[in-house]
Amino acid sequence: MSVLPGKPLPGEQRAGKKLEFRDPVRGAALTEALAARARSLGRAPVSVMHVCGSHEQAIARFGLRAAFPDELDVIMGPGCPVCVTDVPEVDEAVALARQGVRIATYGDMLRVPGTAGSLADERARGARVDVVYGVAQAAELARSGEQIVFFASGFETTAVATAAVLLADPPPSFSVLSAHKYIPPVMEIVAEMPGSKIEGFLAAGHAATITGSAVFERFVARHRVPVVVAGFEPLDILAGLVRLVELIAAGEPKVDNAFPRCVTREGNLAAQARLWKVFELQGGRWRGIAHVPNGNLRLRDEFAAWDARKRFEIDVAALWDNAPATRVAQCQCGDIMAGIASPHDCALFGRECTPDAPVGACMVSSEGTCKIWHQYGGHPDLRQVRRRT
Amino acid sequence: MADAKVRTMCLGVPGRVISIDGDIALVDFWGVIKPVRLDVVDTPVVPGDYVLNHVGFAIRRIPPEDIAETLALYDELLRRAGADDLMAADVRGELDAAGKPS
Amino acid sequence: MNDRRYVEERITLKYGAGGSAMRALIEQIFAPGFGEVAGGVGLSAMDDGAALPIGPDRWLVITTDAHVVQPAVFPGGDIGRLAVCGTVNDLAMMGATEPLALTCAAILEDGFPRSELEQIWASIRAACEEAGTTIVTGDTKVMRRGELDRIALTTTGVALTSRVVTDRGLAPGDRILVTGTMGDHGLAILATRGELALETRLVSDVAPINGLIRRALAAGGDGVVAMKDPTRGGLASALHEMAGKSGVGIILDERAVPVRDEVRAAGELLGIDPLLVANEGKAVIGVRAAAAGRVLDALRSHPLGRQAAVVGECVAERPGSVIADTGFGRRLLGEAEGELLPRIC
Repeated sequence: MSVLPGKPLPGEQRAGKKLEFRDPVRGAALTEALAARARSLGRAPVSVMHVCGSHEQAIARFGLRAAFPDELDVIMGPGCPVCVTDVPEVDEAVALARQGVRIATYGDMLRVPGTAGSLADERARGARVDVVYGVAQAAELARSGEQIVFFASGFETTAVATAAVLLADPPPSFSVLSAHKYIPPVMEIVAEMPGSKIEGFLAAGHAATITGSAVFERFVARHRVPVVVAGFEPLDILAGLVRLVELIAAGEPKVDNAFPRCVTREGNLAAQARLWKVFELQGGRWRGIAHVPNGNLRLRDEFAAWDARKRFEIDVAALWDNAPATRVAQCQCGDIMAGIASPHDCALFGRECTPDAPVGACMVSSEGTCKIWHQYGGHPDLRQVRRRT
Repeated sequence: MADAKVRTMCLGVPGRVISIDGDIALVDFWGVIKPVRLDVVDTPVVPGDYVLNHVGFAIRRIPPEDIAETLALYDELLRRAGADDLMAADVRGELDAAGKPS
Repeated sequence: MNDRRYVEERITLKYGAGGSAMRALIEQIFAPGFGEVAGGVGLSAMDDGAALPIGPDRWLVITTDAHVVQPAVFPGGDIGRLAVCGTVNDLAMMGATEPLALTCAAILEDGFPRSELEQIWASIRAACEEAGTTIVTGDTKVMRRGELDRIALTTTGVALTSRVVTDRGLAPGDRILVTGTMGDHGLAILATRGELALETRLVSDVAPINGLIRRALAAGGDGVVAMKDPTRGGLASALHEMAGKSGVGIILDERAVPVRDEVRAAGELLGIDPLLVANEGKAVIGVRAAAAGRVLDALRSHPLGRQAAVVGECVAERPGSVIADTGFGRRLLGEAEGELLPRIC
């Protein structure tokens, strides 16, 4: 098999460096390499897991699942921070909104259902809820002196931004309701699940840009499975998977960095310093995954002045009176996020639970497995489709 | 404003720094210019550098030579995937010729 | 189209977004009781306009549009230009490229600046001249401050045609063409809304394309089998409707779809797909394979069609589905769920 040259196709040159990671010629070669590697393992299928909603988004957007070999099962794990935000956390934000406090949050959080509805439902009833594109924008809203609570979701990479804003003299009327989460602990839980067949993990490149690849070394030593850190361009993902299957084939449990342009072993120390100055780890529930030790990022006592949980008396009990019956019992978000079930295993998927009328968080977030599957039609076997030219 | 369905979570897009004013850089993403904060990037950034952006903060300066390095890494993976079979066949051929078990 | 959804108790923003919710609204609330137009195109067809037979090989084409775009003035145009072009282009999408006349009703909020109104009307005059048409009647209302967000315009257009082109005439083997770059209008509007702190040179593509379409029809004749303009919901919505109504599947070559670098970049930064946002100076044209080449040449010969491209083809499999070939793999092309961008047209 020859190595194909990596020149961008004509017409793509002017768009610059970024498109080199979307070179379809290299993409086709990497796809073939992946198939060859997976087949040579001689046992089917090999299961690997990624833990980042953005990886699933990229896989779905570029239609990579139609190109993955049958021998490889790429499962999406609990990598959607919005999806794993638990009902009590959503209830806190909804309760505050109902109490007349103005809430700012990222778009995806708006429609995550709590006990008595979502922030979007509350807004339709007259509460003040703003969608922001960045935490800094939320802080700006507070410059007028009005109380603004930023309902903060996202993993550690996003938490760094929240920390940076809190360290840069935000307006006194600004505060944070932290629902930030930390990914490494949940990989432990997934790896320890009985019956887990995951033989390797693809780790999120952007989180590792901050935390460094070293953060996975203890995990690898304990669970003896390889972890490859990969970026988000299609070539990054394909190359990351080729490398992962290589390591599985060689029986080499190690941490491998397939995103060297952004990730180093120790990571971004300045960002880490800010993160841990403001936040500390706390155990807590992730939606559907029960207790994750050290899985939540909460504001340290030194930052109590900015902590919405300390500034306000949040009355969640008021939400629980007359809460309508929900179909939560049948919702399989938890199993889906742990990679045990797929959306098609859920009786509600595509029927009572749609992006328009979501029951579970996986259907709300743009990085939720169910939402992505619904939008892109699940795992249709699109290999059958051929262009007639 | 009403909510645009915007994905803001893990969007790390690289752009080129045009100018810097204190802690804020003006970054060019293919002709779209956006202010990006430099609070948490760990190496000094100057105009002309590429940075990786996440929710309005630069989280990494990308040295241009690293891009070539990454592409070389992919080509190396391809070489290994393609060449393995050939190598194995060569080795087997030599061993057979020497009368040893492979 | 088999939309199983039902219209909810309250008509929320998504019902105006141009996607499946809006189609359900029309199907279930607006259209019932109005029957079909024998030998023509009526409300239930949900096409870009209606066509009433008035004689052998002669139809009266009529269309109406309401415009509420926010802000009223944006890079590349304003609500006036949008109002004229939207209606002229809808007529063209039905095959009627020579508008007889337009009407224009204006609803203004108390306190609306006269100078802005004059600017908008100058735009309307200029757009009419470009399109070769005129405004012949209208209506004026002024509402109390706070009861209307500044200005709303409604335009109706009429034209005659000897051949009606619907949005449901595709068959397996037909090619899909677009007349130019996708996503310009929607992303230009979003970028002007200051919250995003984006500095761009994004500009709306709002323009009357009846002259362009006239050239395509002259070149393609009966080979032009379907047309639709990709406004709300973008290219994705237009393709879904055309595929669903025609009973064919569409394979879209994503890399062949022309998208300006800046539009692509803005879309990446904001997580919005240029294929899902509105265009106001473009058309999607379904063409028999044999005619595709000459229709493409005809489009490219016109200043508004220089970047026209063949972007897909129709197949018999999976009728109603639109599959995108990304260059790396294949996926189903989704439609925007609900209100992607409010108040863009």
